Amino acid sequence: MSKALDTMLYLNGVSVSFDGFKALNSLSIIVKPAEMLAIIGPNGAGKTTMMDIITGKTRPDAGEVYFNGRTDLTKLDEAAIANLGIGRKFQKPTVFESQSVWDNLEMALKKPRGIFSTLFYASDREDKDRILDILETVRLAGRKDDLAANLSHGQKQWLEIGMLLAQDPKLLLVDEPVAGMTDAETVETANLLREISKTRSVVVVEHDMSFVRDLDTRVTCLAEGTVLAEGSLEQVSANPTVIERYLGR
Amino acid sequence: MITQALFRALDKKAIWVVAILLVIALAVPAANLLIPPGSPGHVPNYLVTLFGKYLTYAMLALALDLVWGYCGILSLGHGAFFALGGYAMGMYLMRQIGDRGVYGDPVLPDFMVFLNYSELPWFWQGMDQFWFAMLMVVLVPGLLAFVFGWFAFRSRVTGVYLSIITQAMTYALLLAFFRNDMGFGGNNGLTDFKDILGQPITATTTRASLFAATAIALALSVFICSMIVNSKLGKVMIAVRDAESRARFLGYRVEYVKLFAFVVSAVIAGIAGALYVPQVGIINPGEFAPANSIEVVIWTAVGGRGTIIGPIIGAIIVNMGKSYFTGALPELWLFALGGLFVFVTLFLPKGIVGLIGQWRGYSEWRNRPAPPSDGAPSGEAHASDLAERGENTKTVTRAPQPKPAE
Ligand SMILES: Nc1ncnc2c1ncn2[C@@H]1O[C@H](COP(=O)(O)OP(=O)(O)O)[C@@H](O)[C@H]1O
Ligand SMILES: [Mg+2]
Repeated sequence: MSKALDTMLYLNGVSVSFDGFKALNSLSIIVKPAEMLAIIGPNGAGKTTMMDIITGKTRPDAGEVYFNGRTDLTKLDEAAIANLGIGRKFQKPTVFESQSVWDNLEMALKKPRGIFSTLFYASDREDKDRILDILETVRLAGRKDDLAANLSHGQKQWLEIGMLLAQDPKLLLVDEPVAGMTDAETVETANLLREISKTRSVVVVEHDMSFVRDLDTRVTCLAEGTVLAEGSLEQVSANPTVIERYLGR
Repeated sequence: MITQALFRALDKKAIWVVAILLVIALAVPAANLLIPPGSPGHVPNYLVTLFGKYLTYAMLALALDLVWGYCGILSLGHGAFFALGGYAMGMYLMRQIGDRGVYGDPVLPDFMVFLNYSELPWFWQGMDQFWFAMLMVVLVPGLLAFVFGWFAFRSRVTGVYLSIITQAMTYALLLAFFRNDMGFGGNNGLTDFKDILGQPITATTTRASLFAATAIALALSVFICSMIVNSKLGKVMIAVRDAESRARFLGYRVEYVKLFAFVVSAVIAGIAGALYVPQVGIINPGEFAPANSIEVVIWTAVGGRGTIIGPIIGAIIVNMGKSYFTGALPELWLFALGGLFVFVTLFLPKGIVGLIGQWRGYSEWRNRPAPPSDGAPSGEAHASDLAERGENTKTVTRAPQPKPAE
């Protein structure tokens, strides 16, 4: 646990199995404050499961999960973890389809989450400006009154990234953000994430190698629930095991 | 902050509904009392009471819609809250009978004398006071909803399982209230009421006042529900309905959101029940019957769930149909009701209110150059499909169905 000090996210020896199948096998990962970590690896490597564990959706069978050097995440539920400052973008874009883009962002905005503070919430100038800012950033300003259901796949991805920004988290977990995006949008997303990682910790899971190259950051390759290789993208993609188990396929 | 919330409550359609109900609250009693029978415009006594009853049903349906239409909790036990409110009112009315009962006991209601009670059970104490009885009308359903919801929502019981346990709850209460030793009059229930607030309960003026009180209570319920659903909390309720686990990952305590909606809803249902009993003159355990709660779901679905006006329209129209059928073709009523439910579920997923919206959407859609073929997409798996159609789907009015939590 003392090793967790000065880290934003600290996973040590985390294992979880589903019906005897080990989805994570003694996984250890560290993310420092204001650092971005890109995670690559074959399908079924356990990348999404790792995020499920960090966000309280799944409980690990063994191992330690610490946030901000001291908070044991395995003891908390989803809402408590979100309120600590951990935001998540899902692999399958998950927005509130029957509500407008604006309302999606308003709900995500970092504000008291209690019943009565939500009931009597009235958005002030500052909140509106913040939402407008985010709408600009994620290029949805023109669609703010449209239902989220009517956005394209790529736009939903961006709306979800916008919701993540609105939450103003300390740690962002971003699962396959560029699926369904055009090349230009993919480049934009990489720029945006790099910008965010100047002040916050970011964990990005992605298959798209050119996107990972654009992120220009430390890379970890997962396979079968454990770390296969770590380092720069060059180092990792030159690793013979990685080539054999992931890139070669 | 609070004033803004109040203003928000009266925006859009809600202000019309409230205004219409307040006009009805005055106009119907006036037309009943002031216009002499036989003259055009006179509203006969039986209609005042009949429509008063419909308005209590409308309140019950609105209460159900708050949890079902807006929060995704399909309660099949809302009749229980209605009946509990009704029993609390019934107890007050029983205590008003005094020594005018068949047995002439000054304190004990007839059924207690008959069952050889020597004194009033503790839970009948204080029920002779109107204010206390009204407190119970609110407190008993509210407390039951709180305790039930606390356990159900915290242990994340959702969907069909939740519906089944709400049904079990009302069934358990049905069995309990049937028992003579429960002290609520057994299967005969509570009846033979004489006075309410010192006024003879069957007098025309009393009937008219009860009607007015019901219309006002419904208007207030509309106001409160509108305030809730137009607030950010209302948006969160819809978020919980559509993607419960996503709302959790945003940091909302889904269980408390549901608990709040459930308790408010139960209180509204309880008040509706309390207004129902003096108008129909009886409350018995039959009100707890599971079928009653299911009927409320049908009214709400027919009118249009997830809207404020829908459940009110649904409750009134379906019950007008019921009054007609049970007079003309009593054996066909249940078939008609079942058929109606199937029809609405298949063809009018947003009910009568949605139909009006669909008409509007349709005429807009017809005026568009090349409409996309709408294959009724719902939620996932259609993402790529939606991506292709992109902006074209703007005006397609589609109701995303509640998804199970992932
Ligand atoms: N809730 C679950 N129940 C059963 N098996 C699961 C569950 N979640 C993940 N798995 C399994 O764990 C493995 C890792 O999945 P996942 O974390 O989604 O991989 P990745 O995101 O790296 O593609 C897969 O084989 C998947 O089938
Ligand atoms: Mg995955």
